[in-house]
Amino acid sequence: MALVLSAPPAMRKLSRGTLWAVVALSLLLSVGFFSLLVLSGASKDFNIVGAILVAVILYIIVTFGMSRFVEGRRKATDRLATALVTSAFIVALLPLVSLVYTAVANGINRFDGDFFNSSMRNVVGAGGGGLHAIVGTLEVTAAATVISVPIGIMTAVYLVEYGKGRLSRAITVLVDVMTGIPSIVAGLFAFALFALFFGPGIRFGIGGAVALSVLMIPVVVRSTEEMLKIVPNELREASLALGVPKWLTVVKVVIPTAIGGIITGVMIAISRIIGETAPLLIICGMSTSMNYDLFSGRMATLPVFVYTQYSNQGTDTQAYLDRAWTGALVLILIVMVLNILARILSKILAPKGSR
Amino acid sequence: MSKRIEVRDLNVFYGNFKAVADVSLTIEPKTVTAFIGPSGCGKSTFLRTLNRMHEVIPGAYVEGEVLIDGENLYAANTDPVEVRRQVGMVFQRPNPFPTMSIRDNVLAGVKLNNNRISKSDADDLVKKSLQGANLWKEVKDRLDKPGSSLSGGQQQRLCIARAIAVSPDVLLMDEPCSALDPISTLAIEDLIDELKSDFTIVIVTHNMQQASRVSDKTAFFNIEGTGMPGRLIEYGDTRTIFERPSVQATEDYISGRFG
Ligand SMILES: Nc1ncnc2c1ncn2[C@@H]1O[C@H](COP(=O)(O)OP(=O)(O)OP(=O)(O)O)[C@@H](O)[C@H]1O
Ligand SMILES: [Mg+2]
Repeated sequence: MALVLSAPPAMRKLSRGTLWAVVALSLLLSVGFFSLLVLSGASKDFNIVGAILVAVILYIIVTFGMSRFVEGRRKATDRLATALVTSAFIVALLPLVSLVYTAVANGINRFDGDFFNSSMRNVVGAGGGGLHAIVGTLEVTAAATVISVPIGIMTAVYLVEYGKGRLSRAITVLVDVMTGIPSIVAGLFAFALFALFFGPGIRFGIGGAVALSVLMIPVVVRSTEEMLKIVPNELREASLALGVPKWLTVVKVVIPTAIGGIITGVMIAISRIIGETAPLLIICGMSTSMNYDLFSGRMATLPVFVYTQYSNQGTDTQAYLDRAWTGALVLILIVMVLNILARILSKILAPKGSR
Repeated sequence: MSKRIEVRDLNVFYGNFKAVADVSLTIEPKTVTAFIGPSGCGKSTFLRTLNRMHEVIPGAYVEGEVLIDGENLYAANTDPVEVRRQVGMVFQRPNPFPTMSIRDNVLAGVKLNNNRISKSDADDLVKKSLQGANLWKEVKDRLDKPGSSLSGGQQQRLCIARAIAVSPDVLLMDEPCSALDPISTLAIEDLIDELKSDFTIVIVTHNMQQASRVSDKTAFFNIEGTGMPGRLIEYGDTRTIFERPSVQATEDYISGRFG
């Protein structure tokens, strides 16, 4: 009887409200502490990252202690694990948030109509813009994608659907090696290749696209391969058993089933190369004016634009720095937009309604 | 529309491993033949040699002859793709194409082969095949929904509709009911009985009642031990096999003494 009357300790629970109160309290304490440091002159700037880290640690210790006291050991361990996993996520997110914040804060100054409307032709001080670099980046990346995606997907199809034995093992090893190629080497490769045909000192957009392809192909191959491998064998057999030739089975059953994942993989590959600087510096060079032609003349690209703005600051230093930051911000935005597009696309194309 | 199958001295291999040895049997047109036997005795393996699906597995090959109305499936100039159009197959687990609607699943044999078909012909084919598979009433209002939105039993009947839509001569079924509830199972057994008038049907099953209910002939396969090839032990009229088997092993298996 007594057992029924007094609730066993395991039944007592920390409410959600209490937990949020702990979050607020630890944040307050930690922010207060770091503000004190600033006020007392011990540190110059308010340290956001430090404050959040301390708050997280505080939160973990306090919830564990409270839960241990109120809810018992099992629940406390559970809370500790949850808190650790959540805070690991927050810690992982911190650099990203900080990076985006910095890019936006610094890039917003020149995030204006002018930046998207003009090139750097005849600009020495303030003003000017990055249109030429935006166009260049879009063109070079698009060309690299056009080169890499068919090659990459076909290689992956070969490896998964057809290849067995020596050749496919050799290709797998080569792809692995390619994944590790430093980007500068890819640039030098493209430069050396085109110098053979067009003489030394050749610089043009398509060369940059080729260099980027060297970096992009292995990523596309790898991700497509993984996606094709998870297409159930039963679907291939179902198609073959209907008297559909193997190649049509691959084209019309296997690839459509995996297309969502393949698109995501291509997207990751694009994000991987769109910010490449070194190879483009070598083979695309830099230019201050518009150049829409991939096949002749130097071509500006956003990463190289950012680099040159930063490394050759003119007399009006701030103008150059602002342009550099805005260039970086635009690059981030482009990647984000592409990401969203890819997500929408793979949603539309992916197999629907599986239960 | 339906054809006689003759198997002569067939040996089936996975690489170096001989999975099935020395099978010879004749399957008459417009009959239902059941393959029974303990797990691992090579029923599925043997079934898959009848439409050359066996060789899809790397390293797998076959020795011997399979004749369909006198033509050897394994002749040098026979195209396996042609064979599979003649000999359809339904698998153990329902496997509709997840990217396609119910309608497109039925038309898969046509569409995947890039064959042109007019809208009205396609509609007729879809209706005929789904009716043939006893599924038409349940899905006629949602032909554009994905095939994977159906229940397991409906999916299996969809797969049967898909297989008969290419009008094969022979229909192979590998444990078509093993993933289904008793009611769907009965539905498919009834269906098999109807399909018998158009197709030669071969079915693998672990369910003795099912074998005795649906089949005209029964083949019992057995295996002597692991690593040994499976063999055809006894083949004959289903009634004979179930009531007066001539081999002791068959009787033991049927009466549930092993396997
Ligand atoms: N893909 C494969 N590669 C190598 N060996 C295989 C393969 N598939 C089956 N085998 C072997 O061939 C033999 C026969 O297998 P099979 O699947 O035909 O048996 P089964 O009679 O259909 O059994 P079950 O009733 O369990 O389905 C088994 O020894 C099995 O291990
Ligand atoms: Mg089997």
